[in-house]
Amino acid sequence: MNTTIATLKRGQRALIKEITSDAIPLKLLEMGCLPGNEVELIQTAPFQCPMYLNINGSHLAIRKEIAAQIEVQIIY
Amino acid sequence: MAEQIKVSLIGNPNTGKTSVFNLLTGLNQKVGNYPGITVEKKVGVCKLSNDTKAHILDLPGTYSLNASSLDENVVIELLLDKSNKDYPDVAVVVSDVENLKRNLLLYTQIKDLEIPVILVINMADRMTRKGISLDIPLLEKELNTKIALISARKGEGIEELKRLIESYRVLSKEPCVNALSFASDYFERLQKAFPDQSLYKLWLVITQDVNFRKLNKQNISITSDFKIKSESELKRLQQKETIKRYQFINNVLKNGLSIDEKSATGLRARLDRVLTHKFWGYFIFLGILLLIFQAIYDWSSYPMDLIDEAFAWASEAAKAALPSGPFVDLITEGIIPGLGGIVIFIPQIAFLFLFISILEESGYMSRVVFLMDRVMRRFGLSGKSVVPLVSGTACAIPAVMASRNIENWKERLITILVVPFTTCAARLPVYLIIIALVIPDEKVFWVFGYQSLTLMLLYFLGFATAVGSAWVLNKLLKIKSKSYFVIEMPGYKIPLFKNVAINVIEKTKAFVFGAGKIILAISIILWVLASFGPNEKFDMAEEIVNKEYPNLSDEELDQKIASHKLEYSFIGYAGKAIEPVVAPLGYDWKIGIGLISSFAAREVFVGTLATIYSVGSDEEETIKNRMAAEISPVTGGPLFNLASGISLLLFYAFAMQCMSTLAIVKRETNSWKWPLAQLVFMSIFAYGVALIAYQVLK
Repeated sequence: MNTTIATLKRGQRALIKEITSDAIPLKLLEMGCLPGNEVELIQTAPFQCPMYLNINGSHLAIRKEIAAQIEVQIIY
Repeated sequence: MAEQIKVSLIGNPNTGKTSVFNLLTGLNQKVGNYPGITVEKKVGVCKLSNDTKAHILDLPGTYSLNASSLDENVVIELLLDKSNKDYPDVAVVVSDVENLKRNLLLYTQIKDLEIPVILVINMADRMTRKGISLDIPLLEKELNTKIALISARKGEGIEELKRLIESYRVLSKEPCVNALSFASDYFERLQKAFPDQSLYKLWLVITQDVNFRKLNKQNISITSDFKIKSESELKRLQQKETIKRYQFINNVLKNGLSIDEKSATGLRARLDRVLTHKFWGYFIFLGILLLIFQAIYDWSSYPMDLIDEAFAWASEAAKAALPSGPFVDLITEGIIPGLGGIVIFIPQIAFLFLFISILEESGYMSRVVFLMDRVMRRFGLSGKSVVPLVSGTACAIPAVMASRNIENWKERLITILVVPFTTCAARLPVYLIIIALVIPDEKVFWVFGYQSLTLMLLYFLGFATAVGSAWVLNKLLKIKSKSYFVIEMPGYKIPLFKNVAINVIEKTKAFVFGAGKIILAISIILWVLASFGPNEKFDMAEEIVNKEYPNLSDEELDQKIASHKLEYSFIGYAGKAIEPVVAPLGYDWKIGIGLISSFAAREVFVGTLATIYSVGSDEEETIKNRMAAEISPVTGGPLFNLASGISLLLFYAFAMQCMSTLAIVKRETNSWKWPLAQLVFMSIFAYGVALIAYQVLK
């Protein structure tokens, strides 16, 4: 299984790899979810959805199915 | 004549754009709708100097010019249409110093449209606390604009902004980044096909699903040999464009902005740990809901009683002061109570919007969406639908208005359509009297009374029906809404008093002037129907009753006359006319009259029955005893038995019997289609359920 934002644990930080799928809404890119940027999982609601993230200083919540499309590399 | 400058205020949500608008215009603002849609249009006037005035249009908050909601469509449709009467002379882009990077994306897009742009960097008061410093001259040079550094919270920097707006002519119209350079070949061909249009504008026309009048997607492919790429290829290009813009912004900010991480305080993180917690988050939200409920249910009852008394007094005073006659009756019994019926809602609306604006302004509302999204999504509702659904338990009017805060149109519409199912306070008097009549006053398991259990069941039933019909509507309604779930979680802020106050005033005005007209009209019609009759049985009521009951006291006689008049009024005949329709539900024509007059407000049912049974007082016990004694002409037993009682309870639980709700739904959806659909569907549903209940139980 690939490492994506959906597989992060609370408090984990990771780097966003290349954005390949066009199922990822443009809006997410515009809010700072871009390759090379750092993402941290701050909190999840029950059943892991939605997920509350800090992407490069932008605080966002997204649903798990979108989070599962964004591949990342864990920093720590 | 004074010079008039047209200004558009643009910015991401949560940047304090509305605060800037309020500071510039004060109470000099008007809220309306864009033609044909339900997006709020706010305009205001700001005096810049003795001979210059700015007309400021507060555009809906948008993250970018790639629109994903109706609100965002409004922004590009205006900015791409030079013939629009609101097309700005100058655009003011409001950004938040803490999210400058993301906010600048929109700035670079607006700049590409070759409109003069002023950049406002707001929340300057938070810079020291967050350890942020800016090199303004450098930013101005790189971004090719003028910057106003302001603090809307403290009211600082606004004069500088006004000065910049006044001298907008010196601003450059050049773009600051060549964002389409990554596929130069493709875009060169596009430019060649339409040499007199700006390239970025053409690109937006191709990629956006909005109405651009003459220049549209079809025309581009018909009038030129330029071929538009497939949707997924276009999306790739848009992604590349976005990355290109961020590269530019990162470069600019590398030198222009510095953040000293160490001095940043972690208030947000500490609050979020509690407020979005899997247990405490819900616990606190429940507490807040209880507080809101308490305010609209309980606290607002004091001003509401005062309003009630004041209008009753005004009506009496007018009756005493004016000569009697049909016209004066219209004023004292039709118009004054009609106006009272509008004003009475103001305390509830004001309280609810006081809470909602505080929740919005503080940033807490986004946490509510975060907590509730998963549950509500299953039913086609938004996390924000929780607030309207809960406040609907007090009154559907403010609840329907509260759904405005839901951005997605489909979710907003579904919320509006299902809110009237929740048990509002006006149903309570009807429920209480019927429950007292037909449900035995006994206890199960020594603790719970049947009567209180029934009441609780009715509340539960209302809520379950609301959620259930939302689920059905979600499947049925084919509304394309491509709003994805990406919500910003803004930092926490103390709400600004001015913003909260203006919001409460605006919402109250929208109700009084938007829905109030319809409510007044319908209450006058209902009054006319109840005060006039088609034949001499109504006109001669006093003579007839006097002859029939020669030995009654004056008071009893008056009651008999009122009852007789109501029976032979238009509404009385309407009640008799619908008797065959309501008879299968176990009702007679007297209840029929009650049902019709309930349309003014449900609680009127009790008062109408009191008049018709010629019971002098509104006292619950008296009416109850009189109702208990009523004999059904069909069965010979009591009219109000378990079967007809339950049937009536269910009818009141589901029927759309409230003209004020219909009026506000009309106002909020901007069409008669939805309130009428609601009326028809809810009435049929209520009828069906009540019919089944009566036929099974009888």
